[in-house]
Amino acid sequence: MDTQTLIYIFVGLSFALYIGIAIWSRAGSTKEFYVAGGGVNPVVNGMATAADWMSAASFISMAGLIAFLGYDASVYLMGWTGGYVLLALLLAPYLRKFGQFTVPDFIGTRYYSKTARVVAVICLIFISFTYIAGQMRGVGIVFSRFLDVQIFWGVIIGMGIVFVYAVLGGMKGITYTQVAQYCVLIFAYMVPAFFLSFMITGNPIPQIGLGSTVNDGSGLYVLQKLNLVLSDLGFGEYTDGSKSMIDVFCITLALMVGTAGLPHVIVRFFTVPKASDARKSAGWALVFIALLYTTAPAVGAFARINFIDTVNETEYSQAPEWFKNWERNDLIAFEDKNGDGVMQYRSGDAFAGAPEFGEGTGASGERVVTNAPVADSENEVYVDRDIMVLANPEIGNLPGWVIALVAAGGLAAALSTAAGLLLVISSSVSHDLLKSTFKPDISEKGELMAARIAATAAIVVAGYLGIYPPGWVAQVVAFAFGLAAASLFPAIFMGIFSKSMNKEGAIAGMVSGLAFTFSYIFYFKLVNPEANVAENWLFGISPEGIGVVGMVLNFAIAIAVSKMTASPPVEIKKLVDSIRVPRGAGEAHAH
Amino acid sequence: MADETDTHTTSEAEGAYWRDNIRLLVSLMAIWFACSFGAGILFRDFLDQFMLGGYPLGFWFAQQGSIYIFIALIVFYVVRMKALERKYDLDD
Repeated sequence: MDTQTLIYIFVGLSFALYIGIAIWSRAGSTKEFYVAGGGVNPVVNGMATAADWMSAASFISMAGLIAFLGYDASVYLMGWTGGYVLLALLLAPYLRKFGQFTVPDFIGTRYYSKTARVVAVICLIFISFTYIAGQMRGVGIVFSRFLDVQIFWGVIIGMGIVFVYAVLGGMKGITYTQVAQYCVLIFAYMVPAFFLSFMITGNPIPQIGLGSTVNDGSGLYVLQKLNLVLSDLGFGEYTDGSKSMIDVFCITLALMVGTAGLPHVIVRFFTVPKASDARKSAGWALVFIALLYTTAPAVGAFARINFIDTVNETEYSQAPEWFKNWERNDLIAFEDKNGDGVMQYRSGDAFAGAPEFGEGTGASGERVVTNAPVADSENEVYVDRDIMVLANPEIGNLPGWVIALVAAGGLAAALSTAAGLLLVISSSVSHDLLKSTFKPDISEKGELMAARIAATAAIVVAGYLGIYPPGWVAQVVAFAFGLAAASLFPAIFMGIFSKSMNKEGAIAGMVSGLAFTFSYIFYFKLVNPEANVAENWLFGISPEGIGVVGMVLNFAIAIAVSKMTASPPVEIKKLVDSIRVPRGAGEAHAH
Repeated sequence: MADETDTHTTSEAEGAYWRDNIRLLVSLMAIWFACSFGAGILFRDFLDQFMLGGYPLGFWFAQQGSIYIFIALIVFYVVRMKALERKYDLDD
């Protein structure tokens, strides 16, 4: 069977599975729609959380980032896993004991204020939409490369699938499809990793392979060889970073705290039966996530070695099939600056910006690039970092079914995260804005209907952003984590660990953390991108890491304001006492 | 934080449980900080002179080790908290 047929079969089967699960697990009540009835097994929830968390970015982009950034990419590895320690130790069990449906629920109740709830909803919607546009784009890319469907139709099909199980099944449908999606995506990630590791080092376990010697007879360790090869080509060493220490420190911390403050991750812990289950569940989630996250550095390093080996100093006419495939998809380009027909891969940009292809082909048959070449670099090869994971099976000459599996895995990663995000957006509208703030007399049935309508509207907006991605989408990913770190995390944390934090303090803290972080990112990413260099940064911290300063500001202002204003009422102190002990979960308000 | 100014009181068991929990949290968070920000970032250059197989040690902490330690921290916390909750008869 040819690869294309296999891809259709794998993707088709996985979609049929998701829809089957959706039909089996329709939600009948708001409790089922928002928190899957609150009875999900902690291991199952851990697996669903892992799929929810690992997005198109984790599956498709992360190993590519690591391959090209080396040590500097450690910020993502530590940042996106360390947050689960914060969740398990500082937030999840207490939020579960509180026992409501959404993150704004907690903030609104703990700070006895509709204003606080609405501020939390605004933070939540902004964070979630930033995130979801990227997912839909990921769906589009996988479709266009592997299924020969235009990005437009790829996104439409993806929207249709998510619509079926998110709108029908709510959290209940999403939970069980996410479990299936985790299995698909982790299998799809590990299989090529085993093959690659075995090919390059003779040891199939990638985590060990990365610390082993290359089996090319040189006796060098993988990382040594990579350092040597990269230095020869004019790159910095792989195990050395180029970012400043303070920036690495702040980005890592912002990603960790941001992870712990992301609403679509937090709500997953509302679905387990007990507070102690929330702790267990966070542990399981990290185990399932770590499986991919400890493999990614190996995949990145192997991919870089493979890429250099097969591309550098190869005649274009002899270039492997995958190179030309991705060139057709605009994600690879070759500009023969010295006219020798051989691809020189060196440090620096081959030409300015992303490739713009002209009509016809060059002397060796390559697609003509119209960009102005960068004269002071000998590099002739442009490669989009995102293709590494998707191209790996082809680069490694793996069998067709592995390629098909990776296509299904990439879709599973993007769809599972998109569904989780849609759910928190729709529940914040139907539950927090309608039921709890503007229309408290809405019936259970009406609320459920509103949730479904909100989910549908969110899917349409997300799909639109995926098909016509505004230029700012890639620029503002830093928003989601920075904003979560600077707004929601401190408010939730103080709500649990301080009984004296009052509504004035929490609102002032959230608003100032949000405003500061937003303005800093907005200025450097959109208003004045030319100024986005280390000399202009506050304390040398890039926009990616600025959420840390926003968080400190949030804490400082919240504490100062709360000292000057009235202490919270006694019922609130009782509420805090009750969420601190695990006994009696699910009846947090019954004093 | 401002427990002494409270107008209502918590039971003795709840208070003792919470103090033990905070003590446990502080030590686990210290390890969390030491393995990621310490070994993986601040002292990376120093640790990189040692090798763990083919990994420079600081690099290993940044891309592998800290993640394993994170898992161990959560597992330890889950077990210790269960024991604490049994001790004070506050488990769910």
